[in-house]
Amino acid sequence: MALPRRRFDTLIIGAGGAGLNAALQLADSGARVAVVSKVFPTRSHTVAAQGGVNAALGNKLPDDWHWHMFDTVKGGDYLGDQDAIEFMCREAVPTVYELEHHGVPFSRFADGRIYQRPFGGMTRDFGGEQATRTCAAADRTGHAILHTLYQQNLRARTHFFDEYWAVDLLRDEEGVALGALVLCIETGEPLLVEARTTLVATGGCGQLFRTTTNAHINTGDGMAMCLRAGIPIQDLEFFQFHPTGIAGKGMLITEGARGEGGYLENKDGERLMARYAPHAKDLASRDVVSRAIAVEVREGRGCGPDGDHVLLRLDHLGERVVAERLPGIRDLCRTFLHLDPARDPIPVFPTAHYAMGGIPTDRFGRVVAPARHGPEEVVPGLYAAGECACVSVHGANRLGGNSLLDILVFGRAAGRDILAFLEANPHHRPTEEAAVERAMARLERWERKGEGESPQALRDELQRLMEDHCGVFRDRATMAEGLQRLEALRARIAEARLQDHSRVFNTARIEALELENLADLALAMVTCAHAREESRGAHSRVDFPERDDRNWMKHSLFFLEGARVDYKPVRTRPLTVESFPPKKRVY
Amino acid sequence: MAVPARLRWRCRRGLLELDLILEGFLEDGWERLDEAGRAGFERLLQQPDQELQGWLLGRTQPLDPGLARTVARIRGE
Ligand SMILES: Cc1cc2nc3c(=O)[nH]c(=O)nc-3n(C[C@H](O)[C@H](O)[C@H](O)COP(=O)(O)OP(=O)(O)OC[C@H]3O[C@@H](n4cnc5c(N)ncnc54)[C@H](O)[C@@H]3O)c2cc1C
Repeated sequence: MALPRRRFDTLIIGAGGAGLNAALQLADSGARVAVVSKVFPTRSHTVAAQGGVNAALGNKLPDDWHWHMFDTVKGGDYLGDQDAIEFMCREAVPTVYELEHHGVPFSRFADGRIYQRPFGGMTRDFGGEQATRTCAAADRTGHAILHTLYQQNLRARTHFFDEYWAVDLLRDEEGVALGALVLCIETGEPLLVEARTTLVATGGCGQLFRTTTNAHINTGDGMAMCLRAGIPIQDLEFFQFHPTGIAGKGMLITEGARGEGGYLENKDGERLMARYAPHAKDLASRDVVSRAIAVEVREGRGCGPDGDHVLLRLDHLGERVVAERLPGIRDLCRTFLHLDPARDPIPVFPTAHYAMGGIPTDRFGRVVAPARHGPEEVVPGLYAAGECACVSVHGANRLGGNSLLDILVFGRAAGRDILAFLEANPHHRPTEEAAVERAMARLERWERKGEGESPQALRDELQRLMEDHCGVFRDRATMAEGLQRLEALRARIAEARLQDHSRVFNTARIEALELENLADLALAMVTCAHAREESRGAHSRVDFPERDDRNWMKHSLFFLEGARVDYKPVRTRPLTVESFPPKKRVY
Repeated sequence: MAVPARLRWRCRRGLLELDLILEGFLEDGWERLDEAGRAGFERLLQQPDQELQGWLLGRTQPLDPGLARTVARIRGE
């Protein structure tokens, strides 16, 4: 049977903020753009971002993109590329004004200017007083941005393939990107989307972990597609955890709860943070609190029948404080735990939040990989932007409000570079049939019948394994064992079977394909985390507690073939200003 | 009657809270809905995620009485 085909100038995989901002640049310039999304565009994960987006507009207090740049370099523990960071912090300002122009309903100060709020890690004057830099549309910034960009794209006649699942990228013998094989979820039928340029904007991969803030769709599909297409993934060992997620579920209990006087307790009723941070106690930095919880659980002082969490107590604060200052937390606890935090303690565990690593790109959104002439050669026609990409602006640790900024700035930059590429390359290249067959084989593998383990159960096991062996507690022995177990689990995944082979909206089939993606990313993450013998940003090793700039100020690159790790230098030279040399990161 | 496959996929949302609530309801509550209740559930799934979040966590109420009934049902009220 001949595969149905569609042709576009550009294929964009992913309809979050990154994909839609790129699509809009292109469609407004007359390019024929297709956006493929596994869920309806406005259900992309960008909708979850409530806090806001950073830009040095200076609407409340004086501000400067250069200060924002300093904060981002320092916050990333000096692993971020300073050229990209300078670019992002400068572009932040016109990017936010462009969104305003498109109609994003930002909140306003009394004088009519865009409302900005203070956010952690943002300072004035290179590490001085708190800055007020985070632009917000009430508590629904991501939602407002996503809906506005979607409406603008409809106006600009972007073609949407809603509820289509991208299977694999297609590249020809010379490595040029040609589009992708996608699957219509409704009919279960494959479709070939041929394009002169392809942008991967598939978001994060929090579903690698059992406890995560990420929705079920965040399975890192685009990153895994790149791995299979021979492109390495960069810095995946850096994954941000938030210390207090609802145990076994993942939703965030904001820092505000501890700010109001909440504290953590182990099964012996001890205030555990006194042992790990005698002064700051429960208000110590995120990584310190996260690690403390993981250690308590490992050492048998966890609570509950499985001893797998600790308790966050707010019950001493009194009914009034909880009702007035922490109503959101109360709603969450009532709905998901059927308990009232004004009376009962909340079971918590560190929750996986954000992937700093991803598909390596330059500041134009072009995917770069080691090749004949150096570590950063452009893959022709292939682009990546958003949480799935690593340009790298967040380095080893992302600051709040910088992710929405990243997806918007680099989505836009990619859109512009794609236009230039389309102009220079006016013709479609012939589709490589061998690449199509490889992608089809991936689909057909799940047609096999017979006995076999269920992908759903294996996904649970994988998430558990990652939490136990590559979560916040990392040392050599734990991760070495994790690698061994992962190898065995991957072998079982290769033999797993679907029981339901129906076509129409077969969620189990999609989940099986997602599981394969997660399994490849898990291998990338544990391998790189095991190799990196230092603590930097979100990657903290119990056995190597210090940052080691002499040996480790470099980016990791994981290749699927041979599960090989390579490295490339950090770009320490900004575009126009002086470099910020590494300093110890103290707050 | 088994849950239609379409609904399973459409319970996948941009917010983890919604995934958990809606998928949980598909497992435990959907079968007990009558025809009107099922239609109401489909209509609920067409609403924006932010709206659903407010309703399903009990912060706000849908103005539409049909949607309000479905929300109450899911919340076990
Ligand atoms: C609870 C929470 C709160 C947050 N708050 C903030 C905040 O206040 N400020 C901030 O800056 N950041 C915040 N973040 C982070 C930020 O929301 C995300 O990093 C960002 O929205 C990612 O955007 P994106 O465009 O890269 O991807 P997403 O918005 O995740 O979009 C990914 C798209 O790819 C599609 N897709 C994925 N795989 C496939 C496939 N195989 N086939 C077809 N389509 C596919 C999806 O359908 C979707 O359209 C928060 C994150 C969470 C979890």
